[in-house]
Amino acid sequence: MAETLKEFIPKIERLAQEQGLEYYPVDFELVPQSFMMEVAVYGLPVRMPHWSFGVRWIYQMVQHRMGHSKIFEVVFPGNPNRAYLVDTNSVEENTLVVAHVLGHADFSHNNMTFVRSQQQAGYHIVEQAAAHAHRIEEVIETEGTKRVEQVLDAALALEQHIDTNQALNRPDYYRERRPEGGDEGGPAGSEGGDGGFRNRFAQLPGEGTDAEPRARRAPSAPIPPQPESDLLWFIAHYAPEMEDWERDIFLAVREESYYFQPVFNCQIMNEGWASYWHSRLLREAEFLPSAMYVDCMKTHSDVVRPYGSDKQIALQVNPYHLGYTMWEKLVEEKGLEAARQIMREEDDFGFVRNYLTPELAEQLQLFVFNAKKNGEIKVTDSNLHELHEAILSPKFNFGAPRVQAQEVKQDGTLVLRHNHAGDGRGLDAARARRVLEYVDRVWRRPVRLFTTDERGREICLKPGWEED
Amino acid sequence: MSLTDDTSGDGGNRWYDLFSRGTRDWLRHNEKVREAVRENLPDLVAGSDVLSRPGDRTVQVPVKFMEHARFKLRDSDEQTGAGQGNAKPGDVLRESQQRRGGAGKEGGGEGEGSITFVLEFQIDDILDWLWEELELPHLQPKQGNSIEADEYVREGWDKRGARSRLDRRRTMKESIKRRGAHPESNVPISNEDLRFRQLARRSRPSTNAVVFLLLDVSSSMDEHCRKLAKTFFFWALQGIRRQFSQIEMVFVAHTVEAWEFQEEEFFQVHGQGGTKSSAGLAKVQEVLDQRYDPGQYNCYLFYATDGHNFSEDREAAMAALEKLAPAMNFMGYAEVAHHSHRRLETEVAAIYDRLAAEGLPTGSYSMVEESDIWPAIKAFFSDQAADADAV
Repeated sequence: MAETLKEFIPKIERLAQEQGLEYYPVDFELVPQSFMMEVAVYGLPVRMPHWSFGVRWIYQMVQHRMGHSKIFEVVFPGNPNRAYLVDTNSVEENTLVVAHVLGHADFSHNNMTFVRSQQQAGYHIVEQAAAHAHRIEEVIETEGTKRVEQVLDAALALEQHIDTNQALNRPDYYRERRPEGGDEGGPAGSEGGDGGFRNRFAQLPGEGTDAEPRARRAPSAPIPPQPESDLLWFIAHYAPEMEDWERDIFLAVREESYYFQPVFNCQIMNEGWASYWHSRLLREAEFLPSAMYVDCMKTHSDVVRPYGSDKQIALQVNPYHLGYTMWEKLVEEKGLEAARQIMREEDDFGFVRNYLTPELAEQLQLFVFNAKKNGEIKVTDSNLHELHEAILSPKFNFGAPRVQAQEVKQDGTLVLRHNHAGDGRGLDAARARRVLEYVDRVWRRPVRLFTTDERGREICLKPGWEED
Repeated sequence: MSLTDDTSGDGGNRWYDLFSRGTRDWLRHNEKVREAVRENLPDLVAGSDVLSRPGDRTVQVPVKFMEHARFKLRDSDEQTGAGQGNAKPGDVLRESQQRRGGAGKEGGGEGEGSITFVLEFQIDDILDWLWEELELPHLQPKQGNSIEADEYVREGWDKRGARSRLDRRRTMKESIKRRGAHPESNVPISNEDLRFRQLARRSRPSTNAVVFLLLDVSSSMDEHCRKLAKTFFFWALQGIRRQFSQIEMVFVAHTVEAWEFQEEEFFQVHGQGGTKSSAGLAKVQEVLDQRYDPGQYNCYLFYATDGHNFSEDREAAMAALEKLAPAMNFMGYAEVAHHSHRRLETEVAAIYDRLAAEGLPTGSYSMVEESDIWPAIKAFFSDQAADADAV
């Protein structure tokens, strides 16, 4: 198989470039199924250890054994892109996958969300994540599994709580004001006249991880000055007694989240784009034997289909199928260049809201349903806007409730507030209390969280062990 | 473009073949589950369905996957989603269902959290935990002066002996030494080199034990009572097992008659009619007399019943127990019932009270529901420990 693939890859790439795909080089690697399964679970080839991945892994193993899941490829955007193909999949499947991967590579090279993320998190996420994992292994050596695990419990539980509107290396809140406060640390501490120099270099890129300045803020300045959504960053920078290695773990998890978020926010577009291109490239690949093309397309229709072959209705929307159909339509109606423009500028929110038209929704037989607690599921009479939001709502805010750090009190108490109005209802209290337990162990001062109960009344949650 | 293929070329394994991160994290998860289970020893002890696997030193405990908590919105009464397929507004895709039992509990897991799997625990580990939890001293076999057994132990060497006890290694050593001292000798092994192991006869306290489990199987003893009895028997037995290298069990069931059973059938036996404790105790006495010399065995008797013995049997039962008492290290009474009021106020309980008043080694334990098993076991082990201390 490797030989056949080796022969096909340059041909498919040439075709892709003729069609205008632009991308960083792609390293393809054939790997065993077992490796692939781990990548699917961890999200990265080498990632920090945590027991929760073990649960997902066994779950994936069971699914796989029962034949419910088949993994075709994983590609990590970067320079180079790293694509992993399963060595036991057929050459037809892998040929399709190569074309699919090139679609992804084109997407991540051009899509604004991806470009921004890579500019910030770097072009070598695979290596960076491996370095994080390595550092964490080293800390485990010195601090012990249990302590490191406690920090990871907290950091990974807050994985989705980042704010990519802010730079990955963002400065502390009051960094700019530092010169006024008298900075005895600097060589020219009390002398005036160097303000311009200082202001200019006060925020060197990469200095965001510096732990020093938090002690030096003016006593009256509130922390945070406005509600803070990036809980990982906030805790890493303002926890009263966090150790350096603990901050390091928080920032490592945060960096990986900065990488994961665009993948999450562009899934429909990105998978649709890749599916559009694998289908188009293989259609135009004259070097493919026709029997092989037929097999490739069979794989295509297995992946890009709305529901299981034995079913007529699905209670979810397959992002591959939705994205693929939308791109086909867009290219057909507006031309490839306009489609590329949309690909560069949108994420799933804009893509679905702007381009999932009533005609497409009807063609795709999309509907909105209502599931009651008693198990009844009913199709509702809904308009296009409601359909858009039903598709998109699981994607809001990286799929997590909106929880912000609101205040650090004089005694160090961290006050978190859940935006229940925005989310429509309160948090699951039992789970939230457990998250507060995780956070409490690194914050090392009281932690409180405001949300609402089932009757909409405001409640204040504490870590589970403080209740009763 | 480049294509790397680990199955061709160098033939060497790649780094990711060397270990599985998934396995590592999965094992760590299981370790955490074990810790959590350990913190709930009472549930573990009460809930384990055991005894049916003789010879196996493990118990299987169903446990839940641990859930790594995250902020999540509470379940709402209605959820909206997008679907795809041939459906029109108003279509019911699924009928409402009867709520399953236990639903509506806060945090009650859906998703990965609710999947259960089976973890195997070493019984010895659990006992270690129990011992630690109860802060019990390490129990010694009862150093009864009467209970001694002779045994042969290896002790030193002799130049003469039975061929079967020839120590080849030792003999070769002697041969090498001799040839080193007398290089001119060309005899590989002489009679002088031969070394035989010596055996010496020692007497030491017996580490044999026999445990009589006496179960009332009259019609009032239903599944619930049997389950309690079974679980109690199991753990009591494990506690005794720690002290003795050899342990034998005798299973006797009775109604107004009594029979000896094999373990497999023992808990399945259902009898008809009333309870006559003396019949069961007589059967125990019979087996004891026939097969177990109290001079050779540490003997234990556990009796599980709902306690409703015929009152006319009172004196006979009392006499039977008093007759057994001198041979017994301990006589435990497990009262299993359905009502939590008036515990240990039954006929049989009164008999054991009298025995205890006479200073005989007895203990009475009452169990009505699963949560009583743990205190009962705890009390039994503590009684044992106190007893051992007293010696």
